[in-house]
Amino acid sequence: MVKEEQPESVNRPDNTAFTQQRLPAWQPMLSAGIIIPGFVLIGLAFIGIGVALFVTSRSIQMLEMDYTGYEQNSPCFKCSDESVKNCMCNLDFNIDTLFKGPVFFYYGLSNYFQNFRRYGVSKDLDQLSGDMDAFLDPTSDCAPYQYDGNNKPIVPCGAVANSMFNDTFKLYQIVKGVKKLVPLDGKGIAWWTDYNIKYRNPTVKPLKNAFNGTVKPLNWPKPAYELDPSDPANNGFINQDFLVWLRTAALPNFSKLYRRITEGDYAEGLPAGNYSLEIAYNYPVLSFDGRKKVVFSNVSWMGGKNEFLGIAYLVIGSMCVVMSIVMLIVYAKFKFPEED
Amino acid sequence: MLRRRLNRLLGRDERIADRRTIYVGHRSGSTNDAIIPPKFCDNRIVSSKYTVWNFLPKNLFEQFRRIANFYFLIIFLVQVIVDTPTSPVTSGLPLFFVITVTAIKQGYEDWLRHKADNEVNKYPVTVIEDGRRIRKESEKIKVGDVVQVEEEETFPCDLILLQTSRDDDTCFVTTASLDGESNHKTHYTVPDTGRDLESLNATIECEQPQPDLYKFVGRMHIYTSNQDPAMRSLGPENLLLKGATLKNTQRISGVAVYTGMETKMALNYQGKSQKRSAVEKSINAFLLVYLCILVSKALVCTTLKYAWQGTPGQDEPWYNEKTQTVKETNFYLKMFTDFLSFMVLFNFIIPVSMYVTVEMQKFLGSFFITWDKDFFDPEIKEGALVNTSDLNEELGQVEYVFTDKTGTLTQNNMEFIECCIDGFQYKYRDASSELDGFCVTDGPVSKLQQKAGREREELFLRALCLCHTVQVKEPIECHDQGDGLMDQVDGLEADGQETSSLQEQRGFIASSPDEVALVKGAMRYGFTFLGLESKTMKILNRNNAVEMYELLHVLNFDPVRRRMSVIVRSKSGDILLFCKGADSSMFPRVRQEEVERIRMHVERNATEGYRTLCVAYKYLSAEEYNQADKGLREARLALQDRDEKLMAVYNQVETGMSLIGATAVEDRLQEEAAETMMALQGAGINVWVLTGDKMETAKSTCYACRLFQRNTELLELTVRTLEDGGRRREKRLHDLLNEYYKKAVLDAPPVKGGVTRSWSSTNQDYGFIIDGATLSMVLNSSESNSSRYKNLFLQICQNCTAVLCCRMAPLQKAQIVKMVKNSKGSPITLSIGDGANDVSMILEAHVGIGIKGKEGRQAVRNSDYAITKLKHLKKLLLVHGHLYYVRIAHLVQYFFYKNLCFILPQFLYQFFCGYSQQPLFDAAYLTMYNICFTSMPILAYSLFEQHISIEVLLDNATLYREIAKNAMLRWGPFLQWTLLSLYHGLLFFFGVRFLFSNPALQDNGQVFGNWSFGTIIFTVLIFTVTLTLALDTRHWTWINHFVIWGSLAFYVFFSFFWGGIIWPFLKHQRLYFVFANMLSSVSTWLVIILLILLSLMPEILLTVFCKPRGSNARQMKHRLPSSGTSTIFMLSQTASTHSFSWSD
Repeated sequence: MVKEEQPESVNRPDNTAFTQQRLPAWQPMLSAGIIIPGFVLIGLAFIGIGVALFVTSRSIQMLEMDYTGYEQNSPCFKCSDESVKNCMCNLDFNIDTLFKGPVFFYYGLSNYFQNFRRYGVSKDLDQLSGDMDAFLDPTSDCAPYQYDGNNKPIVPCGAVANSMFNDTFKLYQIVKGVKKLVPLDGKGIAWWTDYNIKYRNPTVKPLKNAFNGTVKPLNWPKPAYELDPSDPANNGFINQDFLVWLRTAALPNFSKLYRRITEGDYAEGLPAGNYSLEIAYNYPVLSFDGRKKVVFSNVSWMGGKNEFLGIAYLVIGSMCVVMSIVMLIVYAKFKFPEED
Repeated sequence: MLRRRLNRLLGRDERIADRRTIYVGHRSGSTNDAIIPPKFCDNRIVSSKYTVWNFLPKNLFEQFRRIANFYFLIIFLVQVIVDTPTSPVTSGLPLFFVITVTAIKQGYEDWLRHKADNEVNKYPVTVIEDGRRIRKESEKIKVGDVVQVEEEETFPCDLILLQTSRDDDTCFVTTASLDGESNHKTHYTVPDTGRDLESLNATIECEQPQPDLYKFVGRMHIYTSNQDPAMRSLGPENLLLKGATLKNTQRISGVAVYTGMETKMALNYQGKSQKRSAVEKSINAFLLVYLCILVSKALVCTTLKYAWQGTPGQDEPWYNEKTQTVKETNFYLKMFTDFLSFMVLFNFIIPVSMYVTVEMQKFLGSFFITWDKDFFDPEIKEGALVNTSDLNEELGQVEYVFTDKTGTLTQNNMEFIECCIDGFQYKYRDASSELDGFCVTDGPVSKLQQKAGREREELFLRALCLCHTVQVKEPIECHDQGDGLMDQVDGLEADGQETSSLQEQRGFIASSPDEVALVKGAMRYGFTFLGLESKTMKILNRNNAVEMYELLHVLNFDPVRRRMSVIVRSKSGDILLFCKGADSSMFPRVRQEEVERIRMHVERNATEGYRTLCVAYKYLSAEEYNQADKGLREARLALQDRDEKLMAVYNQVETGMSLIGATAVEDRLQEEAAETMMALQGAGINVWVLTGDKMETAKSTCYACRLFQRNTELLELTVRTLEDGGRRREKRLHDLLNEYYKKAVLDAPPVKGGVTRSWSSTNQDYGFIIDGATLSMVLNSSESNSSRYKNLFLQICQNCTAVLCCRMAPLQKAQIVKMVKNSKGSPITLSIGDGANDVSMILEAHVGIGIKGKEGRQAVRNSDYAITKLKHLKKLLLVHGHLYYVRIAHLVQYFFYKNLCFILPQFLYQFFCGYSQQPLFDAAYLTMYNICFTSMPILAYSLFEQHISIEVLLDNATLYREIAKNAMLRWGPFLQWTLLSLYHGLLFFFGVRFLFSNPALQDNGQVFGNWSFGTIIFTVLIFTVTLTLALDTRHWTWINHFVIWGSLAFYVFFSFFWGGIIWPFLKHQRLYFVFANMLSSVSTWLVIILLILLSLMPEILLTVFCKPRGSNARQMKHRLPSSGTSTIFMLSQTASTHSFSWSD
């Protein structure tokens, strides 16, 4: 092999800063003189943020109630048997002080792996963005929820849609022994972009016709176009409950937004008193040792209640301060030689 | 064929395989039998590796032979075949990128080679066929063709010179493109081939092709119609090499003997072995560790998956049923598929782009050596040359430097200092003295202010003028140089007055600068060599009269004989033999009574560091001459053992001479040789001087270079010390070795990290001297002792500050390098030399450095790096080597680090997603992480980082020790980096995981999903990894700023872009608005800031608590003694230490 041609500098090499490796350079030297004040500042800032976070998190009210019915004495025990259909149970609770609004109503599932790889991909985005061709020929990712027993295509296909959470809740305030329905707002629980851009219904009117020749997911009681009889804009693939469900959770214990309480007498929050939650218990979880819960919470600028962040900030902030004090002592004792 | 068979029958052609027969002009020899021309290869030069057709398969094959590429190919195939978590694109795209970049680079290089090949192969040449001149393409030349070449053309193949347009049957060529020597070399036609090429009927027998450029043996049989075939010997002086250029000669004709790939040029371009650097070995070791981590991760996940699925309800919950095909799959096959899937998921832990980045870093980085203006030498108008960029970082790891003396430590810029004639010393004062500037200075004490006889003086000067192989530079050259002089040679002959002014400008060309110095020296004393024309040497003597001598024979110089002679016939018909050579080889061959007078001078001169030569002569009677002439001619004709036969004749002729005098030529030390050597020793490098020169000269050079110092105790192991005491040599060797071992190794306090020259403490320094003969005794003594001696020898040497090996043959140099290279701990060796005799050690050492010196370009051609001056070695090692090492070591560690903390969260996520191989990051992030987001900052770092400034590195040689023994790539630092990445990985994952204990992170109560989870981690990852590098960067040029902040900005921009559009080609719009939504959450911001800061904290603390290296270095500066050559010191050294060394 002939030797590779090398650039032979016949003439004097360029005397530029670049070729001579003499580009002007900033040469930061992390020394105790910078680090100690830096750490103090960062530490104080972190403690400040930490306190703010902690106080905020503390001020957030949260009410969590398990309604799986695993224990014998729990009100939903009777419903936990899968053979019981259309089971209803009531969960009674009371609130001592005003639960400041707007109150957010979450449902939570544990030991439920929405982040299973095959589960996560088991949907057809073409269908979900209104592509009618995909209605009759769902992607094979959806298998085994691609076709039903009669080889009819399932719309919306896939495991995610099929396993959509279908417990429903009604919240009553018990005022002097009378049940007063608390209005629940089902709007604005899904990401704006999901509702408005990412997922689309077919443009066919009425929507029902688009679904000709297809079947609903096996576990669904009603087809997609009848998910919300009260609001035609909340049907099909842009049903907000459906969208919330489609945004698969990161961890096996998760909660998802169910409703917001923003209207009527309850716009300011849930007043103190007794409440009853009427649950249409449809969703089986005990088979895989899962749990179901409902969560009432209000949110702040930092989102829901999360003590971790405040504590972490406080700890790291104090660590920084302590560290800088240690450094200061070392510095005073040994006089870092490079400090000229 | 018939002839051959006949020959074989007659037993004449015993060694048919060793030679080839060529029919000049394809005409048969003496008889009329039709010849069947033997098959030789055609004259095509193929240096290219690929053709258009085989480029793709061959290049791909070669690339996939690299283990890393193959690994990614396998991963890619697994992704295509098996149902895996990530799409094949994620590993296919980077692989494709890497392969394409490499293929483009290699293709381009090969295209250049094709172009060069074509230029050579399609070059039109003139071939004489049956008396007609035919133009042909160069590639069509066949062995036996008679080829005509014009001036300034290059020879299309190896030719035997038959005819030239010059009258004196010579032609001039330069071999600049072969070995870089630009001087004109004279080649001779084969005698008696006659003027008439058409009727020439001859065959040539010569050896089979071999790569040595300077060796050729053959003979030519010339058949004439009526006589017996005449036989002529052929040597390298008759052979014109392909690639050389015809100069000063209008036209030549020659017969092709070697063509195409069998030419010496082609043979020389093959077989230069690839050197691999120690860093690459480290990379491979780390790669293996990471592969183990990868496999164990996959195994752990697979095992846990099946253990976890064992619990009821987990394997197939109702919400996620399996498909029929999955259910039916064999259990073990499923397990295996799962294992593969995990492998694919974690495969990014092996940094795909590392090899490309390392290669780019090396390739681009090596430009800084070429560009360095400090390496530029205004004299030869050249800078440093990088022949291989693979070894940049090895320059920072050198533990042993083997240096040649002549031309390396010394300038090889010879200056005639003095001579002695019959024991009287003559010293030339300066150039301004008058023409007969012979003046006597401090001669031998007893004979102060005396002169030798005028006759002897002139004889001596004639000897200097005649006994050499110097050529006078042709006048054309002078015009080329543009000094506007008229025809110089003519002017000289015509006008004696002008000569003196022109003399100094005369160009002499010789293979050895000593000869030029001697001729110039003689010129100063009034004897000017005018040149050689058709075997006649002309001398302008003191009286401005031209003397003519017929040159009968040149008995060439060779390193074994260490002398050369000429036989000339003077005008008066006397036949004289002049001989010059080293004292050791001359003294036994002259009359003993003359020796003593000269010996003192020679030895004194030698101790002063001069190169000495003795000059002798003898008259040859006609009878003696005839005998010698016959012997020489016979020996030159021999096809086998020609060298041995010649040697025998030489030895026979060069006896009984009478000594006239001796010369002393100064070979001045290279600029800053002493500083360089001091710096190397300060850097903890052992310096060994390997020279062919004699001990005294070499020793004084060592003193001058401060390799030996006043308090250095010399341990001498030479033939002389062995012969002391009259005991048997072997016994003495044994005793001495043990004695020195005891002294240097056992009694010396243990030294750490190689040799340390202690500045202040009273530790005894040792210097070791060994000569070639003793070395071969050490290496080749009886088997039982051999390894023991070798071991002792090495240990002694390792405890000495400097080692001097003198009287070394080139092969012995390589032997020593090899021995040290293979010794315990396999230290990194560097050889530096300038001459052909250093090539073997340059090739042998880990790093070979050639000096673009005066002894041709062979060393440069075979070296890995070439510099112009020895002093540049200091910067090359201490600055470039150091920086390159630090850069690449950091590059490698960083690459492994960033990939481990990239993949660790993904691994941890498996515990939270039911071991379902759910990727944590989106495919785009997985693909881009290594190629876009994190590759540029580290590349910029690895090109521009100067953790210590160049000046400080140059001033403090000791800094070099900090990186000795691969300090930054040993398991310790590797473990540190691995721990750091584990810490980062764990922090990223669990920090975000705890944040997600309540996924309602926005103030509108909406929740984040798994892709938000991954994107937050990825954002923290990108920022942390980049900022970690930023923290390590000590030298922020605008490029670093641009690239580091640019990468981060690009990440943010890309994430917005990627998440801002519904991409039609994506199946799942997973990241749609995820990034923007993420940034709308205050908590996410806070957690990102928190995690980045927490990740960087240990490193910040470390940099504060460990003293920064730069300031450390600045302090060191005061402790070093000022280094500078002190000539007085050097002289006092030589005087005091040499008194004992010349005892006979």
